[in-house]
This record gives sequence, structure tokens and C-alpha cells, in this order.
Amino acid sequence: MMPKRRRGWPYRYVVPLAMVVGLLVSGCGQQYVLLHPAGPVAQSELHLLIVASLAMLVVIVPVFVLLAITVIRFRDKPGNKAPYWPNWHGNKKLEIIWWIIPVVLLTVIAVPTVGQTFALSKLPKAKDPVIIDVTSLTWKWLFQYPGQHVATVNYAVIPAGEPVLFELTADSPMNTFWVPQLGGMEYTMPNEVLPLWLEAYKPGVYWGHSGNFSGEGFEKMFFNVKSVTPEAFQQWVKKVHQTAKPMTMTNYHNLLAFNTVGVQTYSNYPSDTFPAEANGFTLNGEGMYMIMHDQHGITYMPMSDMSNH
Amino acid sequence: MPSFVQYLIRTLFPHDVLRPTELGADVMILATGVIIVYYLTKQKKWLYLWNEWLTTVDHKKIAVMYLIAAVAMLFRGGVDALMLRTNLALPTTPVISDLEYNQVFTTHGTIMIFFMAMPFIFALFNAVVPLMIGARDVAFPRLNAMSFWLFAFGALLLNISFVIGGSPDAGWTAYPPYTGLLFNPGPGENYYFLSLLIAGIGTTMTGVNFLVTTLRMRAPGMTLMKMPMFIWATMATSALILFAFPPLTVALAMSLFDRLFGSSFFTLAHGGLPMMYVNLFWLFGHPEVYIVVLPPFGIFSEVVATFSRKALFGYSVMVVSIISIMFLAYGTWVHHFFTMGAGPAVNAFFGLSTMLIAIPTGVKIFNWIFTMWGGRIRLTTAMLYQLAFIPTFVIGGATGILLATVPADYQLHNTYFLIAHFHNVLIGGTLFGLLSGMYYWWPKMFGHKLNERQGQWAFWLYFIGFWVTFGPQYLLGLKGMTRRIYTYPLGFGWHELNVISTVGAFIMGAGFVVMVYNVVWSLKYGEKDLTGDPWDGRTLEWALPSPVPEYNFARIPVVTARDAWWDMKQKGQTLANSLRPEDMRTIELPKNTPVPFLLGLAFFVVGFGMTFQWWVIVAFGAAGVVASLVYSAFDYDEHKHVGAEVIRRTEAALGRLQG
Ligand code: HEM
Ligand SMILES: [Cu+2]
Repeated sequence: MMPKRRRGWPYRYVVPLAMVVGLLVSGCGQQYVLLHPAGPVAQSELHLLIVASLAMLVVIVPVFVLLAITVIRFRDKPGNKAPYWPNWHGNKKLEIIWWIIPVVLLTVIAVPTVGQTFALSKLPKAKDPVIIDVTSLTWKWLFQYPGQHVATVNYAVIPAGEPVLFELTADSPMNTFWVPQLGGMEYTMPNEVLPLWLEAYKPGVYWGHSGNFSGEGFEKMFFNVKSVTPEAFQQWVKKVHQTAKPMTMTNYHNLLAFNTVGVQTYSNYPSDTFPAEANGFTLNGEGMYMIMHDQHGITYMPMSDMSNH
Repeated sequence: MPSFVQYLIRTLFPHDVLRPTELGADVMILATGVIIVYYLTKQKKWLYLWNEWLTTVDHKKIAVMYLIAAVAMLFRGGVDALMLRTNLALPTTPVISDLEYNQVFTTHGTIMIFFMAMPFIFALFNAVVPLMIGARDVAFPRLNAMSFWLFAFGALLLNISFVIGGSPDAGWTAYPPYTGLLFNPGPGENYYFLSLLIAGIGTTMTGVNFLVTTLRMRAPGMTLMKMPMFIWATMATSALILFAFPPLTVALAMSLFDRLFGSSFFTLAHGGLPMMYVNLFWLFGHPEVYIVVLPPFGIFSEVVATFSRKALFGYSVMVVSIISIMFLAYGTWVHHFFTMGAGPAVNAFFGLSTMLIAIPTGVKIFNWIFTMWGGRIRLTTAMLYQLAFIPTFVIGGATGILLATVPADYQLHNTYFLIAHFHNVLIGGTLFGLLSGMYYWWPKMFGHKLNERQGQWAFWLYFIGFWVTFGPQYLLGLKGMTRRIYTYPLGFGWHELNVISTVGAFIMGAGFVVMVYNVVWSLKYGEKDLTGDPWDGRTLEWALPSPVPEYNFARIPVVTARDAWWDMKQKGQTLANSLRPEDMRTIELPKNTPVPFLLGLAFFVVGFGMTFQWWVIVAFGAAGVVASLVYSAFDYDEHKHVGAEVIRRTEAALGRLQG
């Protein structure tokens, strides 16, 4: 299924941006992951970064030039012909100008910032998005697929070309879940579930890491997200069901130990290893939503609908 | 061995403080201690130390003590930084272990903010503010001494953690639940919470003190709009302290309760909400970054005017922007955790408020440049810091704006881009500002100049070192390198940039060495300041001899213009030539008292006891706290008098009396 490309403001900037991006890309290697987005979320975040950087350059460059001229021209050296006005201490017109400069530049940044902040907080309309419940454990990542009933440790598989909803929590100190090429990070916090959606344009392998210090083995919390075609994704799920064992409560408790482990794969998992109820914020549609995991699987309930249930 | 001795050794010296670096530090500390004790005893200086320093309430001496502490902590924090950077240059052969790295980045940040920047600021407040406003001392001299000793003993408590019991390791932000007992059983985090709580009481009192001082103690004629800009900055900073430290105190105390008394405010178990801590911390934390940058703004406003021989440009706009920064600073704290899912409306609001605060900040930059325009710029060390500050801070502010661009921050948060941003503003703004102030006011504090040539060497090393260190870190951020990792895999292309960054850090280290040499050399050979006005200054402190007599002003000046001293000089009416012997009056000054020192010591005992949960010691210390306070409350003998004759003689000796 093809995602609906969200037509929005970024496309108005495409030409100038393409030039800048082109410049940056040609100069820098693939290792500048933030400059090489592989999905729409990372893409719009990069667009904004570039717009803001350009607006900032508009003020940085003149200030630097002005400073240089001032210092050279008004050095206190014998024979300096520049004027000396010891009592010149104000000029209404000039002062108004430099209140206006930052206001204008910041407006240029602020408008798309607000727009994108709202846009990115909404999961694009998609039929049955894959949901992945992510739990950070002490120095490892647990991924559970409530829809597919599979679980993995330290790697995740996602279908390419469609939005994927990550629901983040922690059974550990706080971490952040971050796959730079797919999009920005979000905290995993105990006793709270936060939503984050990401999408990969194409199949590929994208590395992720925790961005928030959580103790001794924290620097090893790298993981890979493998994006595969939706068909391959279904096959992968099928294969896991055929080959892997289900996760037991003992398995889960072993994962809670303070250590690092390699990758693991499980078919199914105990349902009470992820918070059954959680408050989060606008993703699917409007307002707050609430998810409930129970024996019927998950119910996905926007808060505005709560009264109807 | 008796079992309690074994218990003591195990608790105070667990094996993670018995590593080579720690043992080395132990030996060095012991050796330094022995040398100091030996020196004091041999020179018979104990009484001098007690009478002239430990019990003093003179703001000028308190300033010197703050300054010594700040530079010592700059050294400690700097050594920490070099350890961190060395590790990051050698990802395949880490020099220090992960455990140690975590402790070192924690003490680095905590010390630099709370025990370097803050006391450095208070050193300059104390050294300058009363002189600038024509006062004899601060509003509450005894409280001022208490503030200092609470800070000093708080700093001591954090610093001994390295060698006794183990250091905290949760970062200067100390986010739970990692600080909870489940993940962090040792005494380290107790040290962190208690030392900041104790120092925080002192800081809050300093805020009160300087707010009242600037509001109530100004010389006649110095209306609000005639105050030097540094005084405005002091006032705004004090007001920020007053309302920013309470949330920090609450956050620290709640975390400490979780650890010591089994509450669950922020714990993993029992439904604790770590995000509440994060809110409280940054409700303090963002105002704090302006607490440490407004005083440098004030310093630069004085330095730029003096060394351009020109009045500050746009004074009233500067006032407006300081005041608006002060208010706006309370309204931006959420930008430190856009990625904690507060929702788009909240994030958008705080993104906008953060951009809003950049406007008055940007305006000030233009005003500083236009102060130089049409002036005569003298490139002294103090002025060089100013010139380095402007471009450095502009870049820091601009990258701050990128971080305030909410969706971009999702990518940049907690990466080296963020690290580069805040060092850009903290070093380029705060540290450069404080060093500028130090070079500028040094003659006033100590009676001689710091050697300019050496000072400029130190400056260039700092400035170049800074950019070599932090420039590459922006790129590392774009390469996805996250903060607080002690090593990293080689495949990401992070290595080369880290090596460059480490080289830069050592260049800055060299700058520090040169600066210390500069200070020591100048103590002996520095050019004496005989006029009291070595820079052709503009504000009242330069009207006084250097160093300033104990009573500051023989006669309180009357202020008629904004740059009061400059104005007097223009009119040819200096304080020196207008003092007549018969005008001298007896002056009342605050009297020395041992209470502040003892109070600090008692708090230290409480803190140390609580760290190890030895409640008998806590009770002992608490009794000391109560005793000091009660004694102080009933001690009415607070003043001493300096007779008119003494003043006459002093001023005559300084050549400042007519006839
Ligand atoms: C134009 C002015 C500024 C703007 C727009 C700005 C913006 C920001 C933003 C948005 C963040 C959070 C980034 C994140 O965590 O992802 C941040 C972090 C920070 N800023 Fe600034 N900032 C400015 C000036 C300053 C100043 C003047 C200081 C201090 C002197 C400062 C010190 C810091 C510190 C210490 C942090 C991070 C602390 C940590 O996470 O450990 N900033 N800034
Ligand atoms: Cu902030």
C-alpha cells in the first residue's frame, strides 16, 4: 500500500532547498545521517533545520561583517581618522531596525515550526498501521508487535512505504528511542507511554541508538531497524511464528537483568509485559487517545470518543 | 580489626574509589593539605587566617574567597573535561572505565555550573556591586558570609565524593529513575543532592542580598535609570535566583526522599513520574542559564564602554531587554524536553516562547557593536574577551534557535549538537564574560594589573581552543553521535572529529595554565595601580584607590549622571580632591563573626552524615546548625567603628586629602 504523501509547506521550498541539500550532500559523506533522511519524518525535520539555518545565516553574516568593520575602523591607534563621538549613546531609528530584524527572521522560522510540529504529531491516515510497542530495558530494547504477536530484542523489522506507530515506554531508567535516518527521538519513560510515528521510504537497514544516559551499558544500546517490503514483512512474521519460541515470563525477567544481550526473536509474548493502559497524545486523529490492551488485542480509542463507549 | 572499622573502610573506600586516579587524587589532596598546614604553622598564620578571612564579613574579602574557589573549581572541572575528551579520542582503548567516565561527566557539569560559574559570578558581585553603587557593604553582610560558607562547604561535600564513598554518576541533570536506589545504590547521588541543597540555600540568600543591595543601598542621586548596566544585570540575576532556586530545591529534596525515606515520587516502582522531576528541574534550569549569562552581559556592557571610551549605546533598550529576558526566562523551560511527548500545542508554545527570548538577546548584540562604533577601541585582554564573545555568542544563540525549532530538535536533542550549543553560550558567553570581568576588575581587587601580554596569550589559547573543541561537535551531532557515551563503535565516522575536538580541549587546558601563570607572575611583578583608575573607567569603583580601604568610601558620593565617575572627571571634581580633613566622620562597619563559618561546617556535618545515613552524626550537625542560628540571633554586638582619625590618616597616606 502506498502512503499518501502529505502535500504541505515543504514542497514550496523544494527548489531552493534542493540546491542547498545538494551542496551539503555532495560535500558530506553518507555518515551525516541527519542530512540523509530515509523517511518523510526525517525529511521534514531536515527541511526545517535548513530553513532555520538559512534564516540564522541572514543575521550571522551581517553581524560578523559589521563587527569586523567596527573593530578595524575604530581601533585606538595614533592617527586614526575615523570620527570619535564619545557621547553618542542612542539612535531611535537604528534601534527600531534591530528590534525588527530578529522579529522578522524568527517569524520566518516560527510559522513553519508550528505547522510542522502539529503535522508531525499526527499519524498519517493509513489502514491498519503496524504498531510496535517499544520498551527500553536496562541496556537493551524490546520490541513487541501487538498486531502480529511477535517480539524481538535489539532489532525491529518494519514494512517500508507506510507509517509505523511506535509506542514507547521503559522498564528501566529513561532512554530515548532514536533512528536518525527515519526521524527524531522520543523519550521512553517508566509508567508512561509516548507515541512516535516513523516511516521508511524504501527497504534498508537503519541504525538506532538511545540518546539518554541510563547507566553503565548505555553506550551499547544500538539497534537496527530493518525496513522491508510489506510482503516481506508478512513473510517475516509468518516465519517467526514457525521458527521462534514464544516469550515466557522467565524470558522477560531475564531481560530485566542489568546487562547487554544480542538480538533475540520470539513468537508471541505475555500480554502484561507492556502497560495495559496508557495516556498519550494526538496521534490517530484528534485530541488525546488511549490504548487498551486486553484479551481481544488492542482497542484504540481517541479520548473524544470515550463518552460513546 | 574491630568490625566497625572494617565497616567504615568498606563504606568510605569501596573498591570503585580505590582506582589509580582516585588514589592519585587522595595522595595529592593529602600532600596539599600537609603543605598548607605546615606553611600556616611555620609562618604562624593560623590566627591571621581566622581573623582576616574565615570570620570576615567584608564583601571585598568574600569576593576574593569566592574567586579562589571558582578558579580552583575551574581547574577541577577542567581536569574532568580533559579526562572525558581523552577517552573520546581513543574509542578502542578507553583510558578510564565506563563507571569512572559516568562519574566524571557528572562532576564536570555539576562543578562547572554550580561551583565554578556561580561563585565566579558572586566573586564579581561582591567585588564590585557595593563600590559601583557607592555603598559601604552589601545590605546584609553577615548573611553574605553565610552564603559564602554554605557554598564552600557544599562544594567541599561534592568534591570529597571522588575519594570518599564514590561520586554521583547521573549527569548534572540527575534524571530519575536512574538516581533511585534500584539503579544507583551507592552514596554518590546523596552527595549530589545534599551538596546542591546546601549550596542552594547559600545561593538563594545571595539572591535576596543583592536584590536588596541594588534596590536599597545606592548612593544618593543614583536613580534606577542612572544605575550602571552591571547593576541592572545584578538585580535581574538576583530576582531570577530568588524564584528559580525553589523548584530546584523541591526537586532535589523529593529525589533525596525517594532515596533515603522510601517515597516514590519519581521511582520506577509504585507509579512514580520521572517527568515531574524533569519539569521541576528545568523550571529551575532554564532560568539558571540566564542567571549565569546576565552577569556577563552586565560585565560586557561596562567593559565595552570603558575600552571604547564611549557611553553605552541604547542604555534604555538594554534595560528593557534585560528585564524582558528576566521575565521570559521563566517561560521556556519545556524546550529542554520537547521529546517527552507533551503534545504539539505545548511544544509549539514553548518553541515560540524560546524564539521570543532570543529577540531581546539579539538586540543587545547590536547595542554592543554600536557602542564601539564611533569610539576608540583599546584591545586589552578584557576587551579581547568581549570581541570574542560577540561572534561566539551569536553562533551559540543561532544554534539555540535551531534547537527551539521543535521538529529539528527531535533530531538534535541529546546529540553533540546540543553539547556544542550550550558550550558555545556557556564558554563564549559566561566564561569569557567572567574572565573579561576578572581582568578588568583585578586591579581594583588586588591593587595591581595582570600582565597584558600573558593575558592575551591565555586569551588566544582559550579562544582558538574553544572553536577547535566545539566546532567539530556540531558535525558530530549531524553524524548522530549522542552525549554521555564513554566509547563508540568505529563505523559511524565519529573518530576523526573527536580527535580534533580533544586537541582543542588541550589547547584550552594550555590557556588555563598560562592564565594561572599570569596570575602568579603578576602577584609578584604586576604593574601597581597607583591611581585607582587604571583603565580610565566610567563607574564609581574607579573613583576609589586600589585596593579599596575597608570602609570603601570615606564620604559617600552624590551621583548626578549615568556614568558617574566619568561625569565627575569631565567636570574635574574627583572624590580625591574634594575630600577635606574636617569632613571625615566615624564610620560604622559590620563586625567579624565566626557564625557563618561554623554554620557552614555544621551543614557539612549534616550533609556528610545523611550521605551515609549515619543519623547520630546528622543529629550532631543539626544541633550545630540550630546553635549557630540561635547564637547569631541573640548576638547584638554586630558593629564596629572606624574612627575619623583613622580614616583621615588612611586617606592622607593614599594622597587623597586636600591640604
Ligand atoms: C538565543 C538564546 C538561546 C536559545 C534559543 C536556546 C535554546 C536552547 C534549547 C532549545 C535547548 C534544548 C535543546 C535540547 O535539549 O534538545 C537548549 C539547551 C541548553 N542551553 Fe540554550 N538557548 C539559548 C541560550 C542559552 C544560554 C545563554 C545558555 C547559558 C549560558 C544556554 C545554555 C543551555 C544549556 C546548558 C542547555 C542544555 C542543558 C543540558 O541538556 O544539559 N542556552 N538551549
Ligand atoms: Cu533553556
